[in-house]
Amino acid sequence: MSDLPNVSHTPGKPAPWNDPKIRALVFQALLIGVVVTFGLYLINNTLHNMEQRGISTGFGFLDNTAGFGVTQSLIEYDETYTYGRTFFVGLLNTLLVAVLGIISATLLGFVMGVARLSRNWLIARIATVYIEIFRNIPLLLQIFFWYFAVGLNLPRPKQSFALGETIFLNNRGLFIPRPITEDGFGLVIGAFVVAIIAVIVIARWAHRRQDATGQPFHTVWVSLALLVGLPGLAFLAAGAPLTWEMPELRGFNFRGGLSVLPELFSLTLALAVYTGTFIAETVRAGIQSVSHGQTEAARALGLREAPMLQLIIIPQAMRVIIPPLTSQYLNVVKNSSLAAAIGYPDLVAVFAGTTLNQTGPAVEIIAMTMAVYLTFSLSISLLMNWYNAKMMLRER
Amino acid sequence: MSTFERGPDLPPPVTQVGVIGWLRRNLFSSWLYSFLTLLALYLVWIVVPPVINWALLDASWSGTAREDCTSDGACWVFVSVRFNQFMYGFYPEAQQWRVNIIYGTLFLLMTPLFLKAFPWKTALGGFIIFVYPFIAYGLLDGAWFGLEVVETTRWGGLSLTLILAGVGCVAALPLGIILALGRRATDMPAAKSLCVIFIEFWRGVPLITVLFMSSVMLPLFLPEGVQFDKLMRALIGITLFQSAYMAEVIRGGLQAIPKGQYEAADALGLGYWKKTGLIVLPQAMKIVIPGIVNTFIALIKDTTLVLIIGLFELLGMIQNALNDPNWLGYATEGYAFTALTFWIICFSLSRYSMRIERKLHTGH
Repeated sequence: MSDLPNVSHTPGKPAPWNDPKIRALVFQALLIGVVVTFGLYLINNTLHNMEQRGISTGFGFLDNTAGFGVTQSLIEYDETYTYGRTFFVGLLNTLLVAVLGIISATLLGFVMGVARLSRNWLIARIATVYIEIFRNIPLLLQIFFWYFAVGLNLPRPKQSFALGETIFLNNRGLFIPRPITEDGFGLVIGAFVVAIIAVIVIARWAHRRQDATGQPFHTVWVSLALLVGLPGLAFLAAGAPLTWEMPELRGFNFRGGLSVLPELFSLTLALAVYTGTFIAETVRAGIQSVSHGQTEAARALGLREAPMLQLIIIPQAMRVIIPPLTSQYLNVVKNSSLAAAIGYPDLVAVFAGTTLNQTGPAVEIIAMTMAVYLTFSLSISLLMNWYNAKMMLRER
Repeated sequence: MSTFERGPDLPPPVTQVGVIGWLRRNLFSSWLYSFLTLLALYLVWIVVPPVINWALLDASWSGTAREDCTSDGACWVFVSVRFNQFMYGFYPEAQQWRVNIIYGTLFLLMTPLFLKAFPWKTALGGFIIFVYPFIAYGLLDGAWFGLEVVETTRWGGLSLTLILAGVGCVAALPLGIILALGRRATDMPAAKSLCVIFIEFWRGVPLITVLFMSSVMLPLFLPEGVQFDKLMRALIGITLFQSAYMAEVIRGGLQAIPKGQYEAADALGLGYWKKTGLIVLPQAMKIVIPGIVNTFIALIKDTTLVLIIGLFELLGMIQNALNDPNWLGYATEGYAFTALTFWIICFSLSRYSMRIERKLHTGH
């Protein structure tokens, strides 16, 4: 008995070249080797080529005087500032058009998305026609249309479209009154902040009380009263510390007031109209994703139209709407780079355009520009993952 | 003795059926809706008739010069005079038959793909994707076939738009498949992270910076003496950009294949490549066709951006024509024509994609 060989019945290890783990390791090592070699090859070529063409490298150029003007800047800027400053000028202009575009596209998109589902036949048709027309036309074409065909063909300042002698639209842009704050306006802002904090506290308290006792509280009305009332009282108490500077026609153009460049105006309009179609479709899909049973259940519980929308439909629809909505917002940020085509001074036009042409370090400048957009994308997708994890349907 | 006689049924009230009923139900069901309907009618009234008047009724259609546009409406003469340029760019007129042949044969080759009974779809599809682009390039450029050489700088117009979008999409497909497979390779963390970085990088930057990069930086990357022309550089940028989006679409398809299919393939003893090539990809690719068509639509719209780096696709040709001192001030006509062209292409493609989606949605 004892001289029987001790046979193991577990299968032996496969030969190393057949072992999936070893194969994976070898393959990955090879892959990384190829990628690194390729990268080094490119870097080597680039360094060689730059040396040959006498292109300067490094970020030293950022401290040199720029010497060119920019038509719109949110921070102090003129020819004597540095190239580094042009980066921030462009970045802020990009952010400005992105924020304006996002706000207007959201408004338009939600209205059109709801309208497309309207029981009113005509309204639904108009929304459908709007969506189908404008989302199938390239954005750049729409920007050109609003800028070259509409914006530049608006009447001259003397014949501008006027809205009650306060807002003027002409081929030099849009002119609106500029608010000028005087001493004591800080009080109003302070009151507003206090109101916001109070609203948050009240909303939490009301929520907890409703959970505990079932007694509802008119949070919306109280919050509105607080948000309007507190700053309003502070405004009166401080003696109305706010005046408006009206745009006035002097010579060939308007002076004073806030002027919106025609480029900014056309770009925002095109972004809003184009992105609005995608947001409208997102909103429609979100509302349709709430099953009809939910509506019926809400009716059966005796909820009226407004609380049904507010408590049942909208929270469930938003869960579906928000992820694609943020990717649309991201698209607005990326698409705002088309500004370069009509000369709006955004990051791409000012920094990757003029600054690059004047200084020459292509790799550094393009890398900085791309890094900005990458930062936006990555931070928004991180935020999105967090939101999705938080809002995920908790099933039992 | 009187018997009860049932009278004839009364017709439903006039206000509930027919045109009036429809109007009441769909347009005037409440005060708010009536108000909205009137508002919408007013909106339609101020927009539609002027547009129709401008574009059709008052428009000038025929002629050869600016002076032929006498009416108040649109001057379509501008478009008809330049139509050849809008389609072919600066391609010499005597050689334009080459462009026609390419699009004509492509159309003929594509037709059998839409016929149900055609048996060699895969082979034909492979031919169109992998072989045809080279034939087309040879014919367009001319050098390989001993024809007059037409440099890529003279290509333009709608034909260039379609070349950019078509080549970008076809070249991005294999790259996208590899990236999508790599992103799902959980047992190879290094390969997976490389794919994730690649995909997220290209998806995170705007196409315009990609085009800037390929036109400014690409020449620096290449060894001395090697040069790509502008079109080639744009195509490389577009392909890399598009492959990231393609990869995400295909990944969606791979995720939709039930786990049982993978396990069944494993149980049959298939290795990774056989499992992927014979079981997973054929099913996944079928699901993602609508998604691929949608990215293709987005790409067609995005090709207009190449005008910023100096390639004259359709919109670029229009911009070019608008700068002609003889034809100043016809921007609206030019843009309307371009918009209509793009709209027809994109809208029909999106309908096609929706049709496939419905066909695939067999309702499990």
